[in-house]
Amino acid sequence: MSLLFILFFPLVIGAILLIAKPKQAFAISLAASIIELLATIFVLKDAASAENGLVFTKPWIEEAGISFSLWVDGVNGILIGLCALLVPFIVASTANTDKAQNSQYQGLMLAMQTALMGAFLAKDAFLFYFFFEASLLPIYFLAAIYGGENKNAITFKFFVYTLFGSLFLLIGLIYVYLVTPGTHSSDMETLYQTAIMLPEHIQGNLFLAFFIAFAIKMPIFPFHTWQPDTYTVSPSQATMLLSGIMLKMGTYGLIRLVLPMFPLGIITWGNTAVILSVIGIIYGSIIAIQQKDAKRLLAYSSFAHVGLMSAGILSESVEGIQGALYQMLSHGINIVGLFFIIEIIERRTKSREIAQLGGITQFSYLLTVAFIILSLGSVALPLTNGFIGEFLLLKSVFDYNMIIGIVAGITIILGAVYTLRLIQKTMFGNFSRITKDFEDLSVAEKWVLIPLCALVLIGGVYPSWILNFTEPGVQTLVSLLK
Amino acid sequence: MTAIIALSLFGISNLFLGFWFPRKTIQNITLLFLVLSMALTVSDWNHELLWFGNMFRTTNTSINFSLIIQLAAFFVVAFSKAFGEDDEHSHPAEYYAIMLFSVVGAILMVSFDHMIVLFVGLEILSVAMYVLTGSDKRNLRSNEAAIKYFLMGSFTTGILLFGITLVYGATRSFYISNIGTILTSTAPESMPTFLFIGVLLIIVGLLFKVSAAPFHFWTPDVYEGAPTIFTMFMSTIVKTASFAALFHLVSGIFGSLYTIWVLPVYFISMLTLVVGNISAVYQQSVKRMLAFSSISHAGYLLLTVSSKQLSTTSSILYYSLSYTLATVAAFAVLILVSEYQSARVEKPENFSSFQGLAKNNPGLALCFSISLLSLAGIPLTAGFWGKFFIFSDTFSRNIIYPVILAILMSAVGIYYYFKGIIAVYFKSGEIEKIEVPTLYKVALWACTIGTIILGIYPNLVKSVF
Repeated sequence: MSLLFILFFPLVIGAILLIAKPKQAFAISLAASIIELLATIFVLKDAASAENGLVFTKPWIEEAGISFSLWVDGVNGILIGLCALLVPFIVASTANTDKAQNSQYQGLMLAMQTALMGAFLAKDAFLFYFFFEASLLPIYFLAAIYGGENKNAITFKFFVYTLFGSLFLLIGLIYVYLVTPGTHSSDMETLYQTAIMLPEHIQGNLFLAFFIAFAIKMPIFPFHTWQPDTYTVSPSQATMLLSGIMLKMGTYGLIRLVLPMFPLGIITWGNTAVILSVIGIIYGSIIAIQQKDAKRLLAYSSFAHVGLMSAGILSESVEGIQGALYQMLSHGINIVGLFFIIEIIERRTKSREIAQLGGITQFSYLLTVAFIILSLGSVALPLTNGFIGEFLLLKSVFDYNMIIGIVAGITIILGAVYTLRLIQKTMFGNFSRITKDFEDLSVAEKWVLIPLCALVLIGGVYPSWILNFTEPGVQTLVSLLK
Repeated sequence: MTAIIALSLFGISNLFLGFWFPRKTIQNITLLFLVLSMALTVSDWNHELLWFGNMFRTTNTSINFSLIIQLAAFFVVAFSKAFGEDDEHSHPAEYYAIMLFSVVGAILMVSFDHMIVLFVGLEILSVAMYVLTGSDKRNLRSNEAAIKYFLMGSFTTGILLFGITLVYGATRSFYISNIGTILTSTAPESMPTFLFIGVLLIIVGLLFKVSAAPFHFWTPDVYEGAPTIFTMFMSTIVKTASFAALFHLVSGIFGSLYTIWVLPVYFISMLTLVVGNISAVYQQSVKRMLAFSSISHAGYLLLTVSSKQLSTTSSILYYSLSYTLATVAAFAVLILVSEYQSARVEKPENFSSFQGLAKNNPGLALCFSISLLSLAGIPLTAGFWGKFFIFSDTFSRNIIYPVILAILMSAVGIYYYFKGIIAVYFKSGEIEKIEVPTLYKVALWACTIGTIILGIYPNLVKSVF
């Protein structure tokens, strides 16, 4: 029942916001997201103490063997926690703007949370697919109603592109589902057992179908062309949802579905997929260095980071998967913080052009500190959360193939280049015409940034409690592969 | 069974009611009639019986199809508001009566057990439709559409009849069950060639009615020319009935001649998917887009006809229901918007006249969007499960490439359905609050909520089908 609560609670409140349009939209939405966070913490505590995690099952379409089943274990526990953790910050980041009391905006964000939670919680593969696609609707409307210039064309491309990708996933899922014995079942554990028995060439084709769907969602080179435009044009909160949480649906899908289902497929195509991921890392970083728009720069940095996660996952080692899970958490925290900082700057200066900014540190010391902490987390400096994940990921890629590992390692240098350049050009130097009246952070903005920075440091100093939480799940997963 | 007798009587009494009552009263009475006939249809549930000299068979499947048809008719009647007001030349009672008669024809087409009943049902349905298509007498387009539909339709009927004749010549029977036994018990080598031609002609005749490519050329013009309310009728009731008849014949008695028709049917199905979806992309008019979308939906449904599995029927029923609910709602909003815009813009049925609908009419915009999402097959709507069941059903029979094509085409579908959603929500335009009658509003929300409920909990009706 507790799983049902954390799944549907945001949707219920979101629906109330969308239909009744109450005055205090911000307060309701923030309160709901905090209640959701507390409930999720309880659920995760339960899951950690339970032997095999928590499971909830109800028949959905009985004769087809499709059930409405949810579960929590070490693997998705992280992502559920991430989703519940970030949404309060994302909601809080609207404080004192015209979006704060916009009940439609707040309602769509909460609806989005349910869709994301559903995709992470689902134990039935079709339920996963259902939420995987349904999550496109709220984010599409958020981006297309409140987006910036040329939003219609860009968000439309985003929608069609990602939906097109997930149709491949649907084909693959239906294929495996029809191979399951008896009256068929789409329970993930049944699918694991079935898919693993398939012959090699079929696994190879299925791997491709699944990988394309997830590669578009993450995105992996060369399926990324929707991403920079969409991230740039969307309102900040939608960008945070996209990069902080929704992107992880792709990596989660790789871990949850691709790894245990198609070990032979990975033997055939895994190398190609890893190389594409690593190309994405380098390619994304190099483009990020040249960006003039700060938000676009972060979009490319996110593209580069997710490439490393994907490569680590496909290396099929405990370190790789652990690192990817840890990095999903830290990347979510860091990127939400960074996008928020860019929005703070944009609110005050009406500009995101790196060349037009500068000298902000003279007006807001705290913003600079926060920016530096979050950026260092993003470039994986030791003592920040990014270091743990990225170290584990690089190690796994290195073990997988030394040359690929070395190439992937360049990401740390390139990441440092574009991130430090961003900080330097915006925060330091002389103030410009538009930054000369820069106001210091408001209370609400501090309330978002300070906890996020704290999480960056805590995650960097004391990672073991999270790694311990995920380890049993990852061990089971890897033992399936052997 | 009693339902068709009752509906015929209701239709005749409707004609007389026109002497005394205004349109609105007749509309309400017709709705009542339809509810009654649905109740009569349900009363046959689980009684598999033969009627009229074994020519008419009621099975649970045929009852389900009849219910979907009557439900669609119910919505069409509920959405009929334009005709008969401020127009001395229009005759609302007759339109309602003709609609009831054509529902009788449709029910005959889903429950026939004799070739002549199929033919008579098709004719009752079609002749009624020719009249309704041309009912906007002073509109040149409507007249053109009626003539076109009539010529094409009568030609089709000829083809169908010729096919029936040939099959009769080979099997010496009109009874479906007899033909089935004869076909399965005879070796293919000893069958006369004209039997195969007859089978193909019957299939082609019915494919005309479901507007499968390359027999679809009449569809966009007729759909566009006809008054929108009758386009709604055509695209739901005629489609469902013809498809049910096609499925009944092809998967049933012609099943043993699999090798004769399977390639043509799959070729036609794939061609329909491509033609319907690609042409829909280029339409400026919502009505024409919906016409092509109905062609493409015929393509999805055709994927299932070669199935012998029991579960396929339930997939088809589910698909028909979800398609009917969504199409009816989309046309209903189109009627309101084009009526509002007809005095203001030159082409009131274009996407451009929907621009900015969401601003002052959020309810209409929501209903329209949800129906388009359902037609596109996005989760949370009934259309998603409709497509899902069809795809997984076809996939399970090892028909891989047509399904992959269908899935790619449904991605194309998103493109043109979203043109509507974008126009409604994200383009600026001036549409004031549109006045919607209460009955209309209730019916519209019923379709919308039905679409969502079926999208969230498909088992609700799937367990019945």
